[in-house]
Amino acid sequence: MSSETKQILTTDGIPLEVSLKKAEKKNKIKAFLLVAPLLLFLFITYVFPIGEMFTRSVDDRMVTNMLPKTFKAMEKWDGKELPPEEVFVGFYSDFKVLVENQTQGKLGQRLNKEKNGFNSITKKLMRQIKRNKIDESQSIKEQIMKVHKRWRDVEYWQAIKRTAPPYTMAKYLKGMDMYFAADGSIAQVDEDRRIHRILWLRTLEIALFVTIFCFLMGYPIAHLLATLPMKYSNLLMICVLLPFWTSLLVRTASWMILLQQQGIVNDFFVLIGLVADNNRPEMMYNKVGTYVAMTQILLPFMVLPLYSVMKTISPSLMRAGKSLGGTPFVAFWKVYFPLTIPGIGAGCLLVFILAIGYYITPALVGGASGTLISNQIAYHMKSTLDWSFASAMGLMLLSGVLVIYWIYNKLVGVDNIKLG
Amino acid sequence: MSKNPEFVKFDKVDKSYDGKVLVVKDLQLDIAEGEFITMLGPSGSGKTTCLMMLAGFETPTNGEILLDGNIISNIPPHKRGIGMVFQNYALFPHMTVYENLAFPLRVRKMEKDEIDKKVDKALSMVSLNGFETRMPGQLSGGQQQRVAVARALVFDPAVVLMDEPLGALDKNLRESMQYEIKHIHESIGVTVVYVTHDQSEALTMSNRIAVFNDGKVQQLSNPSELYEKPVNSFVAEFIGENNTFNGEVSDISGDECKVKLSNAEIIASAISVKSKGEKTTVSLRPERALIEPSEKMDNMFSGKIEEVIYHGDHTRVRINLLGNPEFILKVPNSTSNLELKVKEDIKIGWNSSDARALDPK
Repeated sequence: MSSETKQILTTDGIPLEVSLKKAEKKNKIKAFLLVAPLLLFLFITYVFPIGEMFTRSVDDRMVTNMLPKTFKAMEKWDGKELPPEEVFVGFYSDFKVLVENQTQGKLGQRLNKEKNGFNSITKKLMRQIKRNKIDESQSIKEQIMKVHKRWRDVEYWQAIKRTAPPYTMAKYLKGMDMYFAADGSIAQVDEDRRIHRILWLRTLEIALFVTIFCFLMGYPIAHLLATLPMKYSNLLMICVLLPFWTSLLVRTASWMILLQQQGIVNDFFVLIGLVADNNRPEMMYNKVGTYVAMTQILLPFMVLPLYSVMKTISPSLMRAGKSLGGTPFVAFWKVYFPLTIPGIGAGCLLVFILAIGYYITPALVGGASGTLISNQIAYHMKSTLDWSFASAMGLMLLSGVLVIYWIYNKLVGVDNIKLG
Repeated sequence: MSKNPEFVKFDKVDKSYDGKVLVVKDLQLDIAEGEFITMLGPSGSGKTTCLMMLAGFETPTNGEILLDGNIISNIPPHKRGIGMVFQNYALFPHMTVYENLAFPLRVRKMEKDEIDKKVDKALSMVSLNGFETRMPGQLSGGQQQRVAVARALVFDPAVVLMDEPLGALDKNLRESMQYEIKHIHESIGVTVVYVTHDQSEALTMSNRIAVFNDGKVQQLSNPSELYEKPVNSFVAEFIGENNTFNGEVSDISGDECKVKLSNAEIIASAISVKSKGEKTTVSLRPERALIEPSEKMDNMFSGKIEEVIYHGDHTRVRINLLGNPEFILKVPNSTSNLELKVKEDIKIGWNSSDARALDPK
């Protein structure tokens, strides 16, 4: 029959091709609907907050909205000498609105952060306006300048001008111990006040060393787990996972019991005569404590990916390496080790990223020299309430992680990662 | 060059993993230089353990293993210079074919030119030239197997061990690989110790076969002797197909004996029976019994056809004969003009020289 070479029809007379596509489309929609809740959840809990964090970290619209006429007038001002009359007029009318709404205090606080001394002179100006001391028929410039001598200082007007753009990178600069100088250039904070850079470096250093320690300890454990007979390896696996079943806080607290100066470890050192009783070493509230506790807590994240990779490596490969004349070390280094790289990559990336944002453990056992950048973020969230600064540092941390991920991808290749 | 008949020697080797059960018992085995010897046996018979001891991955509990006259029990695997082909090839998955083959040469610190030459030669031996840059994962099972063989041979080892190397291949590929390995062995004359549980593989490839069971070598002989003249009922049962009759020796004279079954008496060659009254199992190959034989045979009985199964090149006939309902006959296709009808009685005959009275099962 000639119809064999033509379209194949279903029993309903619809071309089979169309019918198949329809069915496939239905399946695709079904599949999408199944993952839709997760996508929505991810968007609400992840994409949206990060976007919000970002806008908060650069948002500087408060002053922009409070002084619209001032900034309009300032557009023509070159910013070198005292601004012309129009700027003062604009500022005066903006400020009067603020005084009527009783929000001029916020402006004072905000400008005070930009340059010390604004708080008192805005208050002074507010009182003058309330007492109707300003005569609008005369030069506003002269009258404002008379209110306080700082109003005659060009630096204060420059400070106001700097707050004009609705968005600012100032918080990010602050996170790196830098700021916008009076002339708009980027300057370094005085050396004795550069705390953030130290914290960033310390965070990187601790995360790096914790990763190295985890790797050095986790690799043999994972190897043992992968090669032991089932009944022993199950027991060992439980030992590895046991910390997972205990609260992070409890584990950190138990490290405090172990590591403190009158703690069990120190008692033991004294008992075996390693240290003198009156000269017990400080093992907590410093880096040592952070290293010890974080390594223990993050160890499973190293062991598990390594284990899952090692489990798939046939023991006959090592044997083949040896039978072909490789010493046990050569067989390990040339055959076994390269095959575990996906696991090493996954484990190190996991531990490093977790360590870089670690919070509770360094907060409890870290002391002054063992706290990390996340503790600083928490401090600004809870104590100074400078959320935009906390957001900025959080985003810097996030982009740091992304950079590390990118480097890792360049070096090892993300396709090589094996998490389990 | 005179061949050393004791190139590899297992001297009273025992092996136990748990100190309770001996996996290998008092093994005495000499392997000649250039020989292709197969260790054949069911799983758990100790054949792989023997291979592992020879390779150095297991140590004998007792006894010594000698290679070319030197005791090697204390030499670690990487210094033995023994090539090995593993069950699942054990190719290094992160290295190309070239790097896999170059591995044993690089660890021996050879020059790059020499490595290239040797790799090239080994690859042409398994006809895989041009595959140097492939990764093992990009090769088919048969190609991987050939790479594994080439890798075990590339550093010119004195002995090559093969641990069920063809187990993972399909039937056709397995057969062609059997011939390929056999030809490689013939062309380079290396000593091969081959482990398998596949008897047809063993029969086609080996110079000699050691049949393992229960930690012991049951029989060590060349393939034809192994098949034609099994020395005990395990070997008879394990190699090829086998019809058995259990009975008691009623008379013995020289090489021949009479065996009394429950309802008849048959004549067989006395292999492992010594005296009257001994229990015995008589073994007879299916192809040695004939239907309606034209010539005179000293065993002639009548049985009932239970089943006829067509096998293409031959037809299998199951007959209830002398109280054994599992008696199998193979009728070649060329004579299939015979009328074989189920439930019909038929005459069966065989010579006593083909029926071997062995140890009782």
